[in-house]
Amino acid sequence: MLPSGTFNSRPEQDIAIVRTKTQWAILIGGLIFMFTVVLYIPLAWQSWLIFVGIYTIAALGLHVMTGLCGQFSMGQAAFMAVGAYTTATLCGRYGLSPWITLPLSGLTAGVSGVVFAVPALRIRGFYLVMSTIAAQFIIIWYLQQASWLGGTYGRAVPQITVGGRPLDYVQYWWLTLALVVIAIFFAKNIQRTNTGRTFVAVRDNDKAAQVMGVNLFRTKLLAFFIGCFFAGIAGWLWAHFLFYISPNQFAFKTSLWLLGMIIIGGMGSTTGAVLGVVVIRLMDKLVDELAPIVSNAVPGWSTQVAPALSLIVFAAVVIFFIMVEPRGLYHRLRRTILYYRLYPFSYQR
Amino acid sequence: MQGSSSGSPELKIENLSLSFGGIMALHDLNLQVDKGKILSIIGPNGAGKTSTLNCISGFYRPQRGEVYFRGRKITRLRPDVVAKLGISRTFQNIQLYTGLSVVDNLMAARHFLFKSTWLEGFFYYGRTHKEEVRHRWAVEQIIEFLELERWRKAVVGTLPYGIRKRVDLGRALAQEPDLLLLDEPMAGMNVEEKEDMARFILDVQEDKGISIVLIEHDMGVVMDIADWIVVLDFGKKIAEGVPDAISRDPVVIKAYLGEQASTTV
Repeated sequence: MLPSGTFNSRPEQDIAIVRTKTQWAILIGGLIFMFTVVLYIPLAWQSWLIFVGIYTIAALGLHVMTGLCGQFSMGQAAFMAVGAYTTATLCGRYGLSPWITLPLSGLTAGVSGVVFAVPALRIRGFYLVMSTIAAQFIIIWYLQQASWLGGTYGRAVPQITVGGRPLDYVQYWWLTLALVVIAIFFAKNIQRTNTGRTFVAVRDNDKAAQVMGVNLFRTKLLAFFIGCFFAGIAGWLWAHFLFYISPNQFAFKTSLWLLGMIIIGGMGSTTGAVLGVVVIRLMDKLVDELAPIVSNAVPGWSTQVAPALSLIVFAAVVIFFIMVEPRGLYHRLRRTILYYRLYPFSYQR
Repeated sequence: MQGSSSGSPELKIENLSLSFGGIMALHDLNLQVDKGKILSIIGPNGAGKTSTLNCISGFYRPQRGEVYFRGRKITRLRPDVVAKLGISRTFQNIQLYTGLSVVDNLMAARHFLFKSTWLEGFFYYGRTHKEEVRHRWAVEQIIEFLELERWRKAVVGTLPYGIRKRVDLGRALAQEPDLLLLDEPMAGMNVEEKEDMARFILDVQEDKGISIVLIEHDMGVVMDIADWIVVLDFGKKIAEGVPDAISRDPVVIKAYLGEQASTTV
């Protein structure tokens, strides 16, 4: 529901991503805040912020694939690895500029996503989940075996330099922020145009979609391509930020985290994907801070529990959301906004 | 035949046979739909009415026989190809995209009328915006036509049954078809909703000149709005004709009411 006094009288207004003056103010204010806040926070939080950005891009890919098209994927981290290794190899070995490998990382990840999707397209639900888990393990297993990629030890990645100087954390955050904004814009565009509606049609009722003229095969492949393209871009950022990558950085756990993020944020919503990433990463950071305190308080736990604490809390939060708010944080946010828009007549709607 | 009086038939089915294992769902079926007319297929449960529609829309592949649409053979084409040729349908048990709003359901149905590619949509560049706006206006006209304005932005999964049936019709219309296949559009409705739906179907026929194949169990509705009726029983055509003739046909009465009843009538 629109705020009081705002009316959509033309389709252009309804289609617009940013509609009202308030929304413009929030957007511009938010961007300025995100742009400058990095200057005033400690180094650990700067790195935290960059990882939030990287996870956001990967989660947006998963949002397109799973949230919109309904193709559950538990291999998103492996496709990030494909993107990361692409840039590591092309930059490190063949000396290409990172700016050239940025789209190439996305493309290789997207194409590898399509390769794994082709056999997976005839199956649905649990079986698709199983086959994407297989993709995750096959890719990581190959990266561990391939000596030309560095094997289990991984390989170094050249840093991004501008004017001969490598980017520091602040500048790297600006780069990440720019890519995040572009990724959000793309994800929104997909959702509001023909492609996105076709994706949701396939998600909600693939039989009907087929009768209505949707080519299921092509649509699902496209969803996998776009989703994995985003993962590849995230992998590119990851590689150039850590300037050292190894297969175990892209473990199955990371894929699970990403899926959990979009579940908690709210499936099928761009804002939800971003919210989910921020909340989960914040929780993770908090648990990291708390872990030493817990292990000090309970002496016998120190070695076993502290490292597992973040996983335990993550699992608990995901279960809590599935039970209490299965439609995610975004839905709760919408409801809250609606409540205040209708106040004082905000009875249940 | 019905077609002898007017010009070329919109849809023609010749010797169509469909079987699932040992069960003959359709047996040597012949029928034709004339341009701008309503053909109604009636028959007891399991007579093969929905199977006929599924054969036309490409969802089932018949073993024998051909389906021609405007002289073009469409028998074994994929459902998405048939839809693009101008045949759209509604479903017996509503098959909408429950997570989308009414507007988006109708827009999603028009997906093959868009010329801009996914990459243009990705960048929201080129013809994308113009097309979105143009198709949105077209959808708004259908929404107005079906009196769905109130529910325009409502998520379809939350709508009551009668409205969802109407959205289902709207989605079929959004594809700008030349032939509309309606599979029990009035099933489970009350009298008022049925009257509304009958009015919409007649409007579709008169205003838009769309030919219609209608499957319906409510005989009152069928007799009122159909131009031609085909009666199926166990996959075979047992009678066809104008409504008045069908309602007096002893074979039809027998199929519907049983042997004994027909002899006592």
